[in-house]
Amino acid sequence: MAKRIDADNLDIYYGKFLAVSECSFTIAPRSVTAFIGPSGCGKSTVLRTLNRLHEVIAGAYVKGKVMLDGDDIYGSTVDPVDVRRTIGMVFQRPNPFPTMSIYDNVVAGLKLQGGRIRKSDLDNVVEKSLRGANLWEEVKDRLNKPGAGLSGGQQQRLCIARAIAVEPQVLLMDEPCSALDPISTLAIEDLIQTLKEKYTIVIVTHNMQQAARVSERTAFFNLSAVGKPGQLVEMDDTEKIFSNPNDQRTEDYISGRFG
Amino acid sequence: MTTITALSAAPGHGLRKVKNNVATVLVTLAFGVALIPLVWLLWTVISKGYHALTRNGWFTEDVGTRTFRNPGGGALHAIIGTLEQVALCSVISVPIALMVGIYLVEYGRGPLAKATTFMVDILSGVPSIVAALFIYAVFITTFHGQRSGWLVSLALVLLMIPVIVRTTEEMLKLVPNELREASYALGVPKWKTIARIVVPTALTGIITGIVLGIARVAGETAPLLILVGYTDNTNGNLFSDGFQGSLPGMINAQVSNIGNSRSFTGQPIHNYAVDRMWGAALTLIIIVMGLNLIARFLGRFSKVS
Repeated sequence: MAKRIDADNLDIYYGKFLAVSECSFTIAPRSVTAFIGPSGCGKSTVLRTLNRLHEVIAGAYVKGKVMLDGDDIYGSTVDPVDVRRTIGMVFQRPNPFPTMSIYDNVVAGLKLQGGRIRKSDLDNVVEKSLRGANLWEEVKDRLNKPGAGLSGGQQQRLCIARAIAVEPQVLLMDEPCSALDPISTLAIEDLIQTLKEKYTIVIVTHNMQQAARVSERTAFFNLSAVGKPGQLVEMDDTEKIFSNPNDQRTEDYISGRFG
Repeated sequence: MTTITALSAAPGHGLRKVKNNVATVLVTLAFGVALIPLVWLLWTVISKGYHALTRNGWFTEDVGTRTFRNPGGGALHAIIGTLEQVALCSVISVPIALMVGIYLVEYGRGPLAKATTFMVDILSGVPSIVAALFIYAVFITTFHGQRSGWLVSLALVLLMIPVIVRTTEEMLKLVPNELREASYALGVPKWKTIARIVVPTALTGIITGIVLGIARVAGETAPLLILVGYTDNTNGNLFSDGFQGSLPGMINAQVSNIGNSRSFTGQPIHNYAVDRMWGAALTLIIIVMGLNLIARFLGRFSKVS
């Protein structure tokens, strides 16, 4: 199921603007990797290059390679739609489809990717995904109600259920808890711990405690100056980053001296 | 307590309250002023047209050979004509306009999109009589066709498309980008994201736009006068050469009798054409409002409860 990601010399552009430069890292399968760093340093941008969502923005493009178990997802014959089927994503703000019920939201990926699926199979997927997202008990009696009627934390778990319903190999999370209260945040963090048994997870977070709680590896991104491209300063075991980082800038950031 | 007293005694406090009240009164007044013509118009049309509509035969007879001296007669011929012309116009306009709107918001970049937007802008400023003359020039002068109902529909298409393109554009722009990205992130192709996520999310607004477009063209008169004329008799064939009734046409035909108030012998009499005129006006309003209500109902129906 889970796959390993190797990024090699990534240069990420928005038109002429170089947003992130010379970024290389490896993400092990079945692990949680956290991206931390100050605002605007490019951590979300890097995350979005991992499922080729970056290029959806007009003028945006990437140089370098991203390998998924050895296959370059930026290869000339690769269809970005296929990449995104393999690498799921959860966004900062919960974004269930407003016209769809809870049930339809969960199966949206499966149904819209095409192909006919039997109703009983869909029912199984819905239950499995909602259980996987730890939401089943709360919504099992109102699956036909609109997804937008749930609370923020529930909506975010619905989005996670929607993402895992298509059985991706990798799950990208872009600050998934920043719009949620502490209790919902805890629920999502617990969920991440369960999900990492099956998926490779990459999470962008502004909350350093959260990075320390949920991740095994942490990457610290930084900007040398405003208007300069963001860089990967270092990536190491989370424990090491938060106790004894190699780089002085990491030390300054996690101890709260800037950012 | 002291703090609160100090606050209410702060300089500028009384003045701010006065300004607030003045603004509230002005806004409310403006609302009332805007409402007066609407209510007045509705009241006039309903009170004068009500009798014609509730009379037996209004929806089952045409005017036929009745003159202003003759009571009775109905608007069947006009209702048929208007509905047919507007229906054909909508069948042509709605798909084109929706596609253009979707193209402009979801795909349009570069010179082609700019040119399209510019053309739509210009088209929305074209007076209906110019659109009618254009159709006349193409189909009657150039191709030697006959005046006919479907030509009216074509002229109305030119007026309806920009209205629907505009509202579709606005409504699609309101759909948050996060929804599109959420769909892409699930591995859904772009066209399917548009068809199954973006358009359904904006559907209520788009339907409102279509109804606005219909309302815009249903009352148009210039294309009728130029391209089909008017007859008091029922002509249900949109493609037949010759006159066809329509509600604006009927209003126009009846209003030409408005000055007549004497019988052949010079006795003052009741002018029945005026009654039919108000009846036709009310019928037109009801048709547009009915379409509006149906569209709203459909829009709500299409969403999950």
